Amino acid sequence: MVREKTGGGRLTVETYTIIVLLLAATIRVATPLVLAALAGMFSERSGVVALGLEGMILGAAFASAAVAAVTGSAWLGLGAGIATAVALALLLGFATVTHRGNQVVAAMAVNIMVAGLGPTLGMAWFNLGGQTPQLDQPAQRFLGLMGPWAATAREHPLPGLLYAELLSGHNLIVYLAAVLVPLSAWVLYRTRFGLRLRAVGENPLAVDTAGISVNALRYQAVVICGALCGVAGTYLSTAASAGFTRDMTAGKGYLALAALIFGKWKPFPTLGACLLFAFTDALASRLQGVALPIVGVIPVQFILALPYVLTVLLLAGFVGKATAPAAIGVPYSKEN
Amino acid sequence: MPSPATEPTAPAAPPSALELRGIDKRFGAVHANRAISFSVARGSIHGLIGENGAGKSTLMNIVYGFHRAEAGEILVRGRRVDIHSPQDAIAAGIGMVHQHFMLVESFTVLENVVLGVERGALLAGSLDHARDELAKLTRDYGLDVPLDTVVSELPVGVQQRVEILKALYRGAEILILDEPTAVLTPQEAGALFKMLGRLRAEGKAVILVTHKLREIMAVTDRVTVMRQGAIVGEVATCNTSPRELAEKMVGRAVLLRVEKTPAHPGAPLLAVRDLEVLDRLGVARVKGVSFDLRAGEIVGVAGVSGNGQSELLEALAGIRAPSRGSITLGGHDLVRERLGPDERRELGLAHVPEDRLRMGVVTGFTAEENAILGYHNRAGYQRGPLLNQAAIRAECEKKMIAHDVRPAVPLLRISAFSGGNQQKLVLAREIDCDPRVLLVGQPTRGVDIGAIEFIHKKLVALRDAGKALMIVSVELDEILGLADRILVMNAGEIVGEVARADATEEKLGLMMAGVREASA
Repeated sequence: MVREKTGGGRLTVETYTIIVLLLAATIRVATPLVLAALAGMFSERSGVVALGLEGMILGAAFASAAVAAVTGSAWLGLGAGIATAVALALLLGFATVTHRGNQVVAAMAVNIMVAGLGPTLGMAWFNLGGQTPQLDQPAQRFLGLMGPWAATAREHPLPGLLYAELLSGHNLIVYLAAVLVPLSAWVLYRTRFGLRLRAVGENPLAVDTAGISVNALRYQAVVICGALCGVAGTYLSTAASAGFTRDMTAGKGYLALAALIFGKWKPFPTLGACLLFAFTDALASRLQGVALPIVGVIPVQFILALPYVLTVLLLAGFVGKATAPAAIGVPYSKEN
Repeated sequence: MPSPATEPTAPAAPPSALELRGIDKRFGAVHANRAISFSVARGSIHGLIGENGAGKSTLMNIVYGFHRAEAGEILVRGRRVDIHSPQDAIAAGIGMVHQHFMLVESFTVLENVVLGVERGALLAGSLDHARDELAKLTRDYGLDVPLDTVVSELPVGVQQRVEILKALYRGAEILILDEPTAVLTPQEAGALFKMLGRLRAEGKAVILVTHKLREIMAVTDRVTVMRQGAIVGEVATCNTSPRELAEKMVGRAVLLRVEKTPAHPGAPLLAVRDLEVLDRLGVARVKGVSFDLRAGEIVGVAGVSGNGQSELLEALAGIRAPSRGSITLGGHDLVRERLGPDERRELGLAHVPEDRLRMGVVTGFTAEENAILGYHNRAGYQRGPLLNQAAIRAECEKKMIAHDVRPAVPLLRISAFSGGNQQKLVLAREIDCDPRVLLVGQPTRGVDIGAIEFIHKKLVALRDAGKALMIVSVELDEILGLADRILVMNAGEIVGEVARADATEEKLGLMMAGVREASA
């Protein structure tokens, strides 16, 4: 963004390329955030706090990498990732919906459990210090898909590079995430399920008196949440990198939750928030080791902390008026 | 008295719209419904009356499928139905308007109406269909409601109409209304009753659950009285009187009117000037209010719930900081000096909060602990750094006996007492230190008739002893019964002040709806 102003409108090809690459990196970083934030949206709109995103994504990342490594199929990995995250979601649902446990405590328990369980199982199965084996076969990973003529288009910088780097060249999950945003909006605002989902997060008693099962709705929401987290986790370990490493989510689940709140629990604003967070992240990576005027080289730690600092600032300063689903975090029982 | 001979005899009566046979329900040790049998005819309004905790709501929740009865059966139009969930109740043609509306506040009226009875997986068709149907219903019953407005922006009276529309849209033939007038102005209540009349004319059966005798007398055809989970009487309304119904409800003769002599107001003890209170979002809830509370008089603050009375009360009690204005008591400006509830208590300002369970008592504490809340630092309750348990217990026992708190057991948890007994203990605590000014929010909310009588007498006695009292109540009858002077609040302002002698329900009702005194 800073660079666009240099040269008073005369963009050199070089800065143009940097910007395009920065935006392409933004899209790649944003993908798991978008998936996780949408997952959180379904959960929170139903009234279940989505603090367990982190654990579900991490669990899915481990499961998909492990299965992809053993079977050699990224698709089986994806299936395992989704299955794992959905299983964790059902566990959370059982604790918080069926037994009305405290949602924050249950979610944190899952997060902590998964953080330990992944590396432990990895150690037992692969003996690689808690990681999964390197995924070095193309079939084990979701790799970038080159659009037609992408290679030739690259030679014509202005529209060509945009097409080659921004639109084409991403893996399947990136496009899936892009499609899921409008799809989620459509489900939320245009379908019966969406109406009921929004209602149950606002006033579960109203839903119950309307003759709809509150628990069934919340389970459906939690399962969708798990499935999306499964895709997000798979992306991290089989698309963005080639295998599972300890704590590889690095707080992305919480960041997604922050984006969801910043996006006021609405699909498109949440997408915007995810892109903003991803952009700072991409920018931070690019700024590493780069000497800036006046301040010089910024320490890596500081740059890496940037997205999180931004999160705190945004949440503290700008979303004071965000209204959460009214019934969020409150276990439902008829007696109250 | 229930004497069938005095009723018009119906030839070969058609099956009732709703009939209950031997409904029985327990919650743990509480026998909430004991072998309840009663029936409601088509084209009639049937009153169900009883004190808090008499089992009315439990019974209606059983009919609506919220609770399961342990024994008994439910018949709709003569056919036995199994009602396991609200869905079953809706399918059987039973609709219910709950005391606390079951609406999704962030949804439009239309969305609220279709919720649960959508036609197909996509919304558009459902909404269009509902729009057409509702147009018909609003015409037939005079239920005018803006369909595309978000519910939270509608006044409560209109929200209630949405609830009724919801039930009718679901094809309700039997409509249960639980305390429907609790949130309405008298005029709104009048409109509601007129509409219920129209439903009756259409052949619907209406069950009106209430504790207000006047409403029962005004609109119902028959009335069933419940006490302690059982039916203690059923009569045609035209054959009974409020006094008789009250006696049945309580089980003994009660005084419905507060007996008091004219007030002799003395010097102003508390002066409020230009008081403004903002809520968390910065919206003014109390807008530049000024008044005095004089020794030896009861000032009643009337208004529909949510018009700033709660905020005013909290600002006076020191729980909420006003943004502007002054409150003067005994030479101190409570606002400028930023005096908290404790310091105000020292100055002789006591407060019985509106929401007893949230602010009046700590539900997990025993009666004796609750009896010293806020006064626990007094010398009498201390022994060195510790609490003087013996003194606290003796004091609590004394209060319980003096205020007829039953059972008089200081070690019993406060939640084990009835609402009336809790309230009597809170009142005892607050007047114990002989305050000069007493603020009372909803003096008898959730309080049984017997205790109401006691509390009202006590408040009048305090007035006669020269205290200044302010009473905030949403029960207009209570205001009219107790107050010597009435302030009416609407949208955060005092829209009028009326001496009791000049006050009529109609006049107050208009002011509660925001019509200024001059034009009233």
